[in-house]
Formats: sequence, C-alpha cells, structure tokens
Amino acid sequence: MDPAPTPPALRMRAVRKAFGAVQALSGVDFEVHAGEVHALIGENGAGKSTLMKILAGAMAPDDGELELDGAPYRPAGPQDALARGVSMIYQELNLASDLSIERNVLLGREPRRFGLADQRAMRAQVTQALAALGHAELHPGRLVAALGPGERQVVEIARALVGDLKVLVLDEPTSSLTRDDAARLFAVVRRLRDRGVAVIYISHFLEEVAAVADRYTVLRDGQSVASGPVAGTAPATMVAQMAGRALEEFFPRVPHQAGAVALELKALAGARLPRAASLELRRGEILGIAGLVGAGRTEMLRAIQGLDPVRGGAIRCSGRTGLLSEDRKGEGLALPLSIAVNTTLGRMQTVSRRGFVVPRLLREKTAHWIERLGIRAAGPFQPVADLSGGNQQKVALARLLHHDVDVLLLDEPTRGVDVGSKVEIYLLLGELAAQGKAILMVSSYLPELLGVCDRIAVMHRGALGPARPAAEWSEHSLLQAATSGEAA
Amino acid sequence: MKRGLKLLGPFLGLLVVVLFFAAVGPPGFTSFANFKTIATQTVIVGLGAIGMTFVIVSAGIDLSVGSVIALVSVVVALVLNASLSPLLALLAGVAVGTLVGLVTGLLIVKLRVVPFIVTLGMLGIARGVAKWLSGQQKVNAPESWLGGLMSKTVEPAWTLLPPGVWLLLGLGALMALVLRRSVFGIHVTALGSNEDTARLCGVAVGRTKAAVYALGGLFAGLAGVMQFGRLGIGDPTAAIGLELNIIAAVVIGGGSLAGGQGSILGSLIGAFLMTTLANGCDLTDVPTYVQEILIGTIIVAAVALDRFRHRCEA
Repeated sequence: MDPAPTPPALRMRAVRKAFGAVQALSGVDFEVHAGEVHALIGENGAGKSTLMKILAGAMAPDDGELELDGAPYRPAGPQDALARGVSMIYQELNLASDLSIERNVLLGREPRRFGLADQRAMRAQVTQALAALGHAELHPGRLVAALGPGERQVVEIARALVGDLKVLVLDEPTSSLTRDDAARLFAVVRRLRDRGVAVIYISHFLEEVAAVADRYTVLRDGQSVASGPVAGTAPATMVAQMAGRALEEFFPRVPHQAGAVALELKALAGARLPRAASLELRRGEILGIAGLVGAGRTEMLRAIQGLDPVRGGAIRCSGRTGLLSEDRKGEGLALPLSIAVNTTLGRMQTVSRRGFVVPRLLREKTAHWIERLGIRAAGPFQPVADLSGGNQQKVALARLLHHDVDVLLLDEPTRGVDVGSKVEIYLLLGELAAQGKAILMVSSYLPELLGVCDRIAVMHRGALGPARPAAEWSEHSLLQAATSGEAA
Repeated sequence: MKRGLKLLGPFLGLLVVVLFFAAVGPPGFTSFANFKTIATQTVIVGLGAIGMTFVIVSAGIDLSVGSVIALVSVVVALVLNASLSPLLALLAGVAVGTLVGLVTGLLIVKLRVVPFIVTLGMLGIARGVAKWLSGQQKVNAPESWLGGLMSKTVEPAWTLLPPGVWLLLGLGALMALVLRRSVFGIHVTALGSNEDTARLCGVAVGRTKAAVYALGGLFAGLAGVMQFGRLGIGDPTAAIGLELNIIAAVVIGGGSLAGGQGSILGSLIGAFLMTTLANGCDLTDVPTYVQEILIGTIIVAAVALDRFRHRCEA
C-alpha cells in the first residue's frame, strides 16, 4: 500500500526517554499515515511499551517531537489523547464488566435526555459502531461479563470508534485470543484502515504482521533501526533486524554434570496454557525455556508447582520443587518484612522450637544465606523493601535454598536486576547445578539463555518445542522459533 | 433477564419465610394489621438500604449510618424544641445527614483513605456529636405530625399504610430508576465495576464518589427522621449497629461488596425479609438469639448462593 501524499497522521522524531540511568528510548523515528496499518515490532524490552505510553499521554518524553496531522502533539493525559483522536487498546482490557455493551462504549459521554441516559440514542449509536466493525450480531444490551475476550476487544474498539478516531494503537491484541477470534480482529482492523484510520499494530508475531500490516518499523534497544513495506520483506529479514546483536554479556560457567531425571512432563496442559508441554529435566542440569510473553511459560511453571490447575498430561517429579516468581514485588516477596522472615517463611520449623521462633536461630540461618549469596544488606532484620532489585532477587533465591528444594523453577530470574547482580546470579546457578540441583529457567533475555543453559526449548502459543543443546541455538533461531513456532 | 434471575434468590427467600410462618401459624401473622407492622418496621432499615445500595454498587461501604440516624433524631428533636416547624425539623435532619455523607465522601476522595476507615471514624464522630448535642440524654419533643409518619393508626384510613411506608416505596422506585437509567447511576456502576476504566473514559470519579456518600447520608438522614417519628424522642443511643442490618439487606438483595452489582428492589426485599423473620419469630415466641443465628445464616447463605450462581454462569 502506498503512503498517502498528505502529512502522516502521526509522526515521531528523535523521541528519547530515560528512567534514571536506563535509557528506555534513545532516538525513535516513526510515522504512520491515515488508512495504513503500521506494525511496530521488537524484542521484549526494546522500548515498545514506553513508546506507547508516550503516545497515550501516560508519560511525557524527555526529548523529541510528536506531530498529529501536522500539528504538535503533547497529550497531557489519557483523556487528552482520547480527545485528540488517539485511542489505545491495551493487553489488559479496560471494560466495566457489570455494564452492558452500549453503556461501556459510551461511558463518560452518554447522550442525555431529562437527566437520564437516552436509551434510544445510545442503542442507535452503538448499533452503528458495531455494524461498522462488521459485528452487527453483538446486541448492544448484552452484559460485558457474558462476552468472550474477542468480543470484549470489539467493544473496546467500538468505544474508540464512537469518538473522532484518527490513530488506533493495538498492543499485542491477539495475546488472549483464539485463532478464529484473531482472524475476526484482522477483518476489523482492515475495515478501520479502509475508513481512513491510522492503525499502529504492536506484535511479536511475524505471521500476524504479514497478514495485517502494510508497513513495519523495528525497535531495538530503544531505537528505531529499520522500517519498510511488509510486502516483499522476508520474515527472516525482520528477525535479523530485531535480534541484530551478538553475545555481549559475560557468563561465568561452573562445570556441572547431568545426572538422574528429576522432573518429567508428559503433554502437560493447563486450564488455558500451556497446551502441550513435554520435557525431561535432570539433576545437575540447567534447562532454559524461551518464548514470547503470553506463550504459556509462566503458566507451565505454576502448573508444575501446583499453583494452577492441570487439565491434562502428567508431571513426574522426584524431590521438592520451588518457584521463583516473575512478579517479585507482587507475589515473590513480602516487601515490608525482613530478609529473615522472607527467607524462612514457609519453613520456619528450622528456626523455631515448639511453635515459637528462636531469634538466635533465625539470625544465624539468615546470616548464613546473606553471606552465601552475597546479599548486600545492613543485617538479617532489614526490610526487603530497602534492598536493590538484585539483592531482593537473591533473597527470593535464598528462600528456595533454605527450603532445600531439588528442582528450582525460575521465572525471569534476572528481571529488573543490575548487571553485577546478574553475573552473580549466573554464577550461583552454575554452582547449584554442580551440587546436583535441577534448574528450569524461563527467560525472555536470549543472551542469558544461550550463556547459562545447557539445553533450551522454545514455547510457542502454549506448545513446547523439543529441548536442544544451547550450542545448537542462536538468538536468531530462538527468536524465529518463538515468533513462528518453527525451529530454524 | 439476568437481573430478574438475580432477584429470584432473595424473592424466593422472602417467600419461604412468609409461607413458613403462615404455615406454622402464629396468631395474626397473616393479618393485614401485621403486614402493616412489618412494613412500618422495615422503613428505617429500608431507607438506609436505598442509600447503602449506591455506596456498595460503587465498591464502597458506609459504617456510619447507625450513628447518623441517632444524630439526626437528636437534631430533629432539638429543632422542634426550639419551637420551629416540623417541616423545618425534617429538612434540618435530612440536611445534617447529607452533610455528614458529603464530608465522608470528600475525605475519601481528597485524603485517599479507604471508605471502611473513614466511615469507621465517622461512626464514632457522629455518635459522639449526637451525645454532645443531647447532653447525653434522650431529648423529648412536643408532639407533631412527624410522629404520624410511622404511626400504625393511619389517617385518612384509605391510605392503608403509614406515610413512612409510602415514602419508602416511592423513593425506592425513584432511586431504582436513578441507579439503572440515569447517567449518574451508570457512572456509579462503572466506578464500582472498574474504577480505572471509568477514569479513562472521562467519568468524574471524585465528584461521583462524593455524591454517592452524600446520597447515602441523605437517606440515613431520612431514616433518622423516621427513627424520631417512631419514638417521638431524639435518642443519641438509638440504632447502634443498625448499619450492619442495612448492609446485610443490600447483600441479601444481591449487592456485591466488590462493587458493580446490586439493586434497589433487591435491597428492599432483603430488608423486608429480615423484618418478616424477626416479626414471625416474635409472634411464635422464638427467642431473639435464634433470630440472630437465623439472620446470620441467611446472610452467608445468600452470598454463597450468589457465588455459586456466578460459577455456574462462568
């Protein structure tokens, strides 16, 4: 599709944004025209969500220019962005499920008649919007609570459409959809494009990009590095542009030897995800799981640990398992409590006598772990909230070690951790493997998987591929398998 | 149609209680005079429950209602004692209730303290002010037509029920319309269902919240006037713990403390159910402690049933 000769609906030039010392965006150029679907692709952490928050008015850029229809665009907040015709559909859907479709669509701008909401006008407007999206079969009076994820998304898009919609941003819109729902979504996106809406489509899935987008831009390490028409660009080219770098980090390796099988999954299926996961994990082995956010990796770990229901398949495990949550602040640690309590919580019998905690034992045990893991803290009784991300993560790991688990299930173990602590954690993982622990590690940071793991398997939309020696993988092939499901 | 289904539970509960006592046959249970008694006994909790429905649908809670009712009964008595007109006393009572509610709402919005805590504080403050104003004594007041609001000798006779009951039914119908059909009502539901969404869509979240508690206060004020009407005195120790009965009525009627759900009709059915149960027990000489156990059981059963229905739908 040729870009229109008019000025772009939205233009970004040299946009920069830093959080403390971290430069999230370091020069993004990007433009999207009316009547065009523009895909924004990039690895996790490439800066896509920061860029979208700036567009939506949720945060302001440090530097750079934004233009909407040729006029400067600096939204003061989400409502301001909405009023200017820039609408965002987030991964977590934003609907009031206790209200009907029509009331959700027109929430905050209800047509009024004698102080009451004008039922007839609402119905007419919403019916029209749903028809324009090709979803006339949705009755505007239905309760949102009764709708499926695909239908809810349509309601959200209808909400955007009722205003003066110029730019629509879809953030990973298919992550919670079935294949059929996704196909219907693509039809909706095309209809919007034909009405002259500029659509920004954020996705990891290259097959989706090929199916729905006209042009694409690649974001990498906070920069826009490539841009072009989708037609005539091979997916492999896009993957190369997304990865684009070699191993930069230093990964200390501790020699370790794989022993007896500790954990075996046979076609494990969770309530929704994973769909089919089979693997064999041995003692003294580090097995990495690559894949995109939402592919079902976290769900697999949670199912193994027994936190999520299992729908099918089998889990065979010799020994105790312990899970390190990816949500350290929300779920992994009790932030206001001390290092000592966080470390021993759940296995306090080791530091107590007849049901009462013995302070001396608690102090000694905790001091042991602080020293063993090199946790930088004032003492065993310092609140975890005071520690840096890296030291917090070490406390979370210390808990697994205190519980003396045999199988460590680690979900994004170095997320939000500084480089120095990362290296220390890698070293620790190697030492644990050498002691005969089995380690299953989910990570979205590819160099880390390649550098630390013995074998790596890739999960794509709930299905886990075969585990192969790390040496047989490259960032490129991992990314390809993660985005397309096919091993390169 | 779903909403009809939701009301079916409390309605069936009410029916079961009525049929049970009709069958067990305490003398006079099914008489019109007794129905009038039950209806009149429901007025105070019912009015409170109308306001509380809005509060609970907005995902809030108001623990101060009992204290506000006592405060208002004292205020009404004091205004009457100042030999001002009964109408002025009524308006003063409702105004005081609304003002307390508005202050509560503004504290919740401006200080960002959760409703439970703010209204727990207000429970103490309003009760204390009531005792202070009344000199810690019951306040007698000259007789006026306010007493007639809750009187079982109805005049004129063709109105059948005391004015207070008609007021409850009329306001119930009006507020049901407001909750379901007005822009304000929709915004209250949206707020309780998903506050972030409501804010994103441009709903004036702060103003709506403050208005919800002011409305709750207004109805607590009306209930206070009725409390005065019932006894003819201002009593600073009246209605202790009554807020819990009011919350129970809303919850039995399908209100969810998580917000977004609840209906005026359901809450009123809940209120009627509790008074009918109490009345039937009184007539059959069942001790009060059995009533308390029964009502407690019904509250838990009603919510458990509602959860079960949700799971079946999902």
